[in-house]
Formats: sequence, structure tokens, C-alpha cells
Amino acid sequence: MKEAIKVENVSMKYEKSKVIALDNISFKINENDIFGLIGPDGAGKTTLFRILTTLILPTQGSVEIYGFKTTKDYKQIRQFIGYVPERFSLYQDLTVYENLNFFASVYKTTIKENYAVIKDIFIHLEPFKNRKAGKLSGGMKQKLALCCALINKPKILFLDEPTTGVDPVSRIEFWETIKKLKENGITIIVSTPYMDEAKLCDRIALMFNSKILNISTPDDIISNFESNIFKIKSDNNSYLKKILNDFDKLFTAYYFGDSVHLAISKELAINEEQIISMINEKNIKIFEFSLIAPTIEDCFIKYLTNG
Amino acid sequence: MNILFYILQKEFKQVFRNKPMIAIIFVVPIIQFLILPLAADFEIKNINIALIDNDKSTTSRLLINKITASGYFRISSIENSFKQALKKIELDKADLILEFPANFEKSLYRESNQKVLISINSINGIKANLGGFYLINIINEFNNEIQLDLKPTSQNFGGIDIRTLDWFNPNLNYKIFLIPGLLAILVTMVGGFLTALNIVREKELGTIEQINVTPIKKWQFILSKLIPFWILANLVFTNGLILGYLIYDIVPKGNLLILYCFIDIYLLAVLGLGLLISTISETQQQAMFVMFFFMIIFILLGGLFTPIDSMPTWAQYFAHLNPVKYVIEAIRLVMLKGSGFEDIIPQTTAVFLFAIIINFLAIINYRKTI
Repeated sequence: MKEAIKVENVSMKYEKSKVIALDNISFKINENDIFGLIGPDGAGKTTLFRILTTLILPTQGSVEIYGFKTTKDYKQIRQFIGYVPERFSLYQDLTVYENLNFFASVYKTTIKENYAVIKDIFIHLEPFKNRKAGKLSGGMKQKLALCCALINKPKILFLDEPTTGVDPVSRIEFWETIKKLKENGITIIVSTPYMDEAKLCDRIALMFNSKILNISTPDDIISNFESNIFKIKSDNNSYLKKILNDFDKLFTAYYFGDSVHLAISKELAINEEQIISMINEKNIKIFEFSLIAPTIEDCFIKYLTNG
Repeated sequence: MNILFYILQKEFKQVFRNKPMIAIIFVVPIIQFLILPLAADFEIKNINIALIDNDKSTTSRLLINKITASGYFRISSIENSFKQALKKIELDKADLILEFPANFEKSLYRESNQKVLISINSINGIKANLGGFYLINIINEFNNEIQLDLKPTSQNFGGIDIRTLDWFNPNLNYKIFLIPGLLAILVTMVGGFLTALNIVREKELGTIEQINVTPIKKWQFILSKLIPFWILANLVFTNGLILGYLIYDIVPKGNLLILYCFIDIYLLAVLGLGLLISTISETQQQAMFVMFFFMIIFILLGGLFTPIDSMPTWAQYFAHLNPVKYVIEAIRLVMLKGSGFEDIIPQTTAVFLFAIIINFLAIINYRKTI
């Protein structure tokens, strides 16, 4: 498969604050993939986005987008990328139509010419065509931002945390839109702090603390996971978590919703009964105890505790 | 070029959509022109005199009449002793004490020589200075009038007759002095403040990110920010000239073309300053405060209210670094004196140098930051 983006040994250190935002990162993104950057706030996702979109230069390393280097060929790159920043960054005092028209003309094109690309999204905006962008609802703002980023018919679309602060229904809708865009042949790079969105991507990179922990397809990440996950519900989760972590070094216990997840390396020879009796000794009542399939979040937490 | 046209179109839409801002731009000058010249008037009237007339003669009364007839002075109280009069000054009921000694008239005519005492409260420096100056002038005039009575025998010696004619502002009208300065300030405000705020706004709202990922080049972006305010500043200047004519009947004596050419060169410097400040500020608030800091110094050290010539030497040197100084000078020269281009060459050169230096710094800084 053809590669769209090649990142090699990229590091980013902010001069003023001395913060290392990216620490020697290398990876590739295939053409026409939905590539997810998954990681908590402060992992370096936005910095990576700003480097990929030619907004800033990395302190070290090189980035190639379709063979163009961000250092010297940024002019060509800017012609065929679309970027939706995390914060709504369109002109609030211009109308929906004026914003779209402005960005079209900046790329020396017209709304008409590329209407096919934005059509599915723009039909929702059509009724508010003459409304100022600042007066739109959150969801509509996002649709407009997406339209403006697509108006130049980009080969690559960058979406920085597009679903942060968006309601669950709109999130599902949004991912459907992204899938459609992929069908149109656009490579999509999306960052998100939500682990459940990871499985919607073709490939994901788990980011934490300026580093990439793992890059693979969501299924591979889960199937290569080397621990069993037990879901335990009890009458005293905080005490349960503490005793499990203290019991053995190879035990990793953490909260997961209203229960505690216990990750145990597959190599460890221990069975369910042993764990249950150990918990019972501590006078903790167990409501539920089951072996479950790991989720991306379980993998992520495992990587964090190991690293 | 094509893209620049589209960005400019967008800028103008935004500028003129900001209705309150446009109103302020055009209403503020009207208010400034109406209030400032009337309020900030250095002509001193109603100076209160505490009078001690120990002589009570015809001559002393004549002099007192002459003083009160001038219109500047008012006898607020008549006292018997200096001590009492001083009390009035301490209570701020009087601004100066005028004391005639006993036998004022008698010894004036006998010995052709007499003294009066003037004590001035100098807490308000300007009032004291001007008051004393007026009073001495009146007494001098009186002195000349009585020469004939004093020395009837002596021949009428010619001497030098001094008469002052005030040119370019014959009535020493402070308003005429102030209006050209106000015009300079207006242009500086619109050019500097609005440019800085507009660029920083794009940073603050994050729109500059969206612009930077498009093929828009930096010079196109900068020009699209500078050109609208360059035009707006010219409009405001024209508006100011018209107001000056309508309200104070001030018609520029010099060539309008020269005036506009100078202003437009000056605007390059001011717009550059706006750009420079926008590169060092992250928020509109910061830009506002930095700009305010510069404006206060520029205005106070620019000779708008007080002439630079009357400042201490160090401040005069400092004023050379103040672009507003040159523009106030030049506008006054062209508007009041009718100076031609060759007369404002020094100011034009200075302003042009400022434009080059400030823009150079701004562009270097802009490259580094954004």
C-alpha cells in the first residue's frame, strides 16, 4: 500500500518552556487509511498535528507528505491538505457561506467546483447559509469547519480531537461522515482521547508522554495483548484495587467504570479460584467475577504501567 | 495577487461589519475636537488678587483699574497686612498678592522710583507664570504711560519701540495649536491600535492557524491587514480636517497633497508599530496595554499639549526618538504656516527612517513567532 506520510525521528522541544512535546517519533501512515492518534491530554497529539500540517517545524527529524518535505516543500503540501483544529477557528463574524467562499477562493477554486466533496455535510448547513458562523450551534460549527477544510479537495484531512465535547449521537454521526470521506479516497488522520473510538480506525498509534507506545491495527493490538483481563465487581472497589496490586508484581488492577479490572500476565500460573479465595480472605464481597476480552483501553493502561 | 484581493475583500467585510468600532472611529474625533481644545486651554483668566494698598492714592488706584480692566484679574479681597493676604493664599482664595507701599505716589513722583510687591502662589506653575507675566506687562505699560508725568522736563527720547506681532496664529489661539496635534494622534490611534488588535485577534481566536495551513503567503496576510487600516486612517484624517474646518474654521494653509503624502509615509511607521506589537502579544489585552504604554509616552513627549522646547534637555533628546513629535511638527507647519515640501524634509526623512526600522523589526519578529 502506498504511504501518505512518513515521519522519521521527529522530536519537538519548545524553546521557551523547555517542554519536550515529542520524543524521537517515527511512523508511517498508509494512503486512504483512517489513522487514529490515541492518547490522553498532553501526550503530544496536537504538537504532532501542527508539525504534520506545516504549522511548526520539528527541532529534529523529518516529515514527508506524499514525498514532499515539510521543511522546504510546505507550499505544495498546503495545497492538498485540510486541517480542522481542535478549537473552532473560522471567522465568527462572517456567515457560513462567506467563510466557505473565502476558503474556496484562497485555494483558487469555487464552492461549485468541489461541491461533490462537501455535499453530504453541506446539506445540513444549507438552511443556515446566511447565519454568522459565531451564531451556529457546536455541531453546525464542526460541520462548517469540516466543509472549509474539504473545499480544496484535500488528499489528507487532519482532524484534531474532533469529537471532544461532542454529544454521543453526534459522535456516531461524525464517524459515519469520516467513513464516507474515506470512501472518497481521502486519507484521514484523527486524534482522540476516547479509547472506544480507536476501533473505528484502520490503524492506531497509542501516544503517551511525547512517545508512541505502539502502532498497529486495533485488532492486532488486542490479539497481541499478553494478559488476561478479569472484571471484578465488589462492595469495596478501592480496597480491592489496593490488595490486588500489593499481592503480586505481575498483577495490575485499575478502576474501569463501576468495576475493577485485573490484568494478569498469561505466563503467570494462577487460576481464578486462587484469586477469589485471596479476595474473600480480606472480607471483600464479590458481586461479579469474569474473564473478559481486553479493550484498547486495557491495552493502553498495560503499556503505561509496563513502560 | 489574486488571493490578496480575496483576503482584502474579507478584511473589509469584517472591518465594516464591526459597527460599534466604525462608529467609535468616526465619533471619537468629533468629541475630541469639541471638548479637548475648549477644556485644555492654557489661557489663564480670573486670577484672584489679594490687594494691599497702603497708599490709597490716585496713582495706585489708576494702576489697579488698569489691572482689573485687562480682564485677566479679579480683586478677590482687600487686605490690610501682608499676613492677612498670605492667609488668603493659604486658603486658596487668592493666587497672588499685590502690595503698594505707603507713600507710593509721593516717592514715585519725587524720586522717580518706586516698588510694588508681587507675591505669587506657584502651586499651579502655569497659572503663576502666566499671571506674573501678564501683571508685569500691565505694570510696564503703566510705567510707560506715566513717563511723561514723571519727567516732563526731559526730552522725549526715541528709543526702541517694541511691538509684537504673532504670526500663523495671530490671536495665540490655543485651539489652532491643538487641532493639528489631535489630527496626528487620531491617525496614530487608528493606524497603530486597530492594526495591532486586528492581527492579535486572529491569533487569539485561532483563525491564524487555519490561514497558515492554506497557501496564503505571509506577505499577503500582512498586506491584507495593513491596507484596510491604511485606508481607514486616511479617511479618519480627512474626517478630522473637515471637522477642524467646520468647528474651528481652520483651513490648511499648505498644500493638501503634501499633507496627505506626509501622513501616508508616517502611516507606514505606525502600521509597522502595530504589526510589531502584534508579534509580541498573544492576546488583545496584552496588545492594548503595550500600545497604550507607547501612546502615552508618544503623546506626552510629542509636543501635543506642551512645547518640546520647554522640556528639559534630556527629554528633548528623548523626543527625537518619538515619531509622533515629527508628525505633529509637520502637520502644524503645513496646516498653520503653509510650509512646502522642502520645509518638512527633516520630518519626512525622520518618519521615513522610523518606517524602515520599525517594519524591519516587525518582519524579523513576525518570521520568528508565527
